[in-house]
Amino acid sequence: MPSPHASVDWESLSLRFAFGALTAVAVVFLVGPSLIVLLTSLTASQSLRFPPDGLSLRWYYALLTADQMQQAAWTSLVVAFWTTAVASILGTAAALAISRSQGAWARVFDLLFMSPLLLPALAFGFAALVFIYQLGLRPSIAFLILGHVVVCVPFVLRTTLAALTQLDPSLIDASASLGAGGAMTFRRVTLPLIGRGVGAGAFLAFMASFDNVPVSLFLADERTEVLPIHLWQQIETNLDVRTAAVSGVIVIVTLVLMLAAERFAGLTRQMR
Amino acid sequence: MRALTVSHYVKFFTDSFNYSILWSTIVLGVKATILCLVFGYPIAWICARARPRWQTVLLFLVILPIMTSVVVRTFSWIVILGRQGILNQIVLGLGLTSEPLRLLFTELGVVIVLAQVQMPLMVLPILTVMSKTDPNLADASRALGAGEWRTLWKVTLPLSLPGVIAGCILTYSASVTAFVTQTLIGGARLVYMPLHIYQQAVGANNWPFAAAISVIFMVAVLVIVYLLNLLTRITPSDAEV
Repeated sequence: MPSPHASVDWESLSLRFAFGALTAVAVVFLVGPSLIVLLTSLTASQSLRFPPDGLSLRWYYALLTADQMQQAAWTSLVVAFWTTAVASILGTAAALAISRSQGAWARVFDLLFMSPLLLPALAFGFAALVFIYQLGLRPSIAFLILGHVVVCVPFVLRTTLAALTQLDPSLIDASASLGAGGAMTFRRVTLPLIGRGVGAGAFLAFMASFDNVPVSLFLADERTEVLPIHLWQQIETNLDVRTAAVSGVIVIVTLVLMLAAERFAGLTRQMR
Repeated sequence: MRALTVSHYVKFFTDSFNYSILWSTIVLGVKATILCLVFGYPIAWICARARPRWQTVLLFLVILPIMTSVVVRTFSWIVILGRQGILNQIVLGLGLTSEPLRLLFTELGVVIVLAQVQMPLMVLPILTVMSKTDPNLADASRALGAGEWRTLWKVTLPLSLPGVIAGCILTYSASVTAFVTQTLIGGARLVYMPLHIYQQAVGANNWPFAAAISVIFMVAVLVIVYLLNLLTRITPSDAEV
């Protein structure tokens, strides 16, 4: 074998270079659009030209008087808040029951609760609307929240189940043998240990609800118009620069929330 | 609902317009999944070998798009891909073409945007499997004289296949159902299944037909997910060789 080391090094380098280059391209591809929308929103002119003709915050100031947009944003926040609260409780409860049981039913329920992640949310939104009408009722904000809960529970269920598999069952036994009741064990032992998993799931559920279009499309009406649908209509009709400013706000808030979720719930580790 | 009928299903399968939509939706999902795999596998590979700090940074960047509102993300792509968009300004500025590229309202445009949006769904499962794999196996392969590329092809890739399949299932099902991206980037002329359902339900107010399309679409998604899942059962025995 003539100088095996040299050839091995070359191979290793070429693979690293090829994969490194693809990753670099992908990172630009992943992050670029968010940066571009931020820069566009700072334009001083009336158009969405890039690069912007001059920098100013005028379109952000214009948001202060955009009543409809503010109303939609508020509705979205309210819906996302209640969705997160309900989905966190239901998701955690389901995760606890599923992780404790070894039976086939546990797997069936696991699959059932996770199915909104795989199945078309639009079909679910439509089915929910038909169901509500069949009951003789009309869509309302409560149904909108319930619809969001169904599609957001999988996020909580998934991260909580992952956290529960890491939980040492002997800790629960120890707590019980030391005389703590079920509620006390849950509050003092289980919950602190799975808290980060639940937290990461709640964060994902909040973002998914705030962002949801397919379910809101069917279950929201003029009174309960949510931000993504309002923005969508803005984009389809007139591409005004205020849309870019709202997008800028959303990008920044998302980034801040993600950093907080990373700091307090270890977001990137929970998602693996 | 007074009586049961299969006429809406018959209507779907007797009109070629309907299954051309179903077919183009499936093709769209496959293309977006392949593009995600081409970039997602290297990202996961680099990530699995990176130091913990860099791993977190890289993962953070990968997750960023899926966390950002889908409408916002799509909006930024409209600014990039449009006729007077950034991409066309660059391409025309460099003199690569004399006419602006048409990307908005084309399938290629939809595939590009879907790939950006769904990338984390590909990267995360692959990375999970890769970080559970014993690194000694790759070392052993190299010690026995296999080069890096051969090790990748013969050891790392087969061992990470369950992650690849899980990633493909998630990206595929997310891509075919991505209503907002498909509609805003694809425009009104490119009709995919979710828009078809929406148009029938809200536009034409034909609820029974919309319901039939929904069921057909869900079954189509599930069948492909099931087939991909079958691959997972075949692969471990291969990987052990």
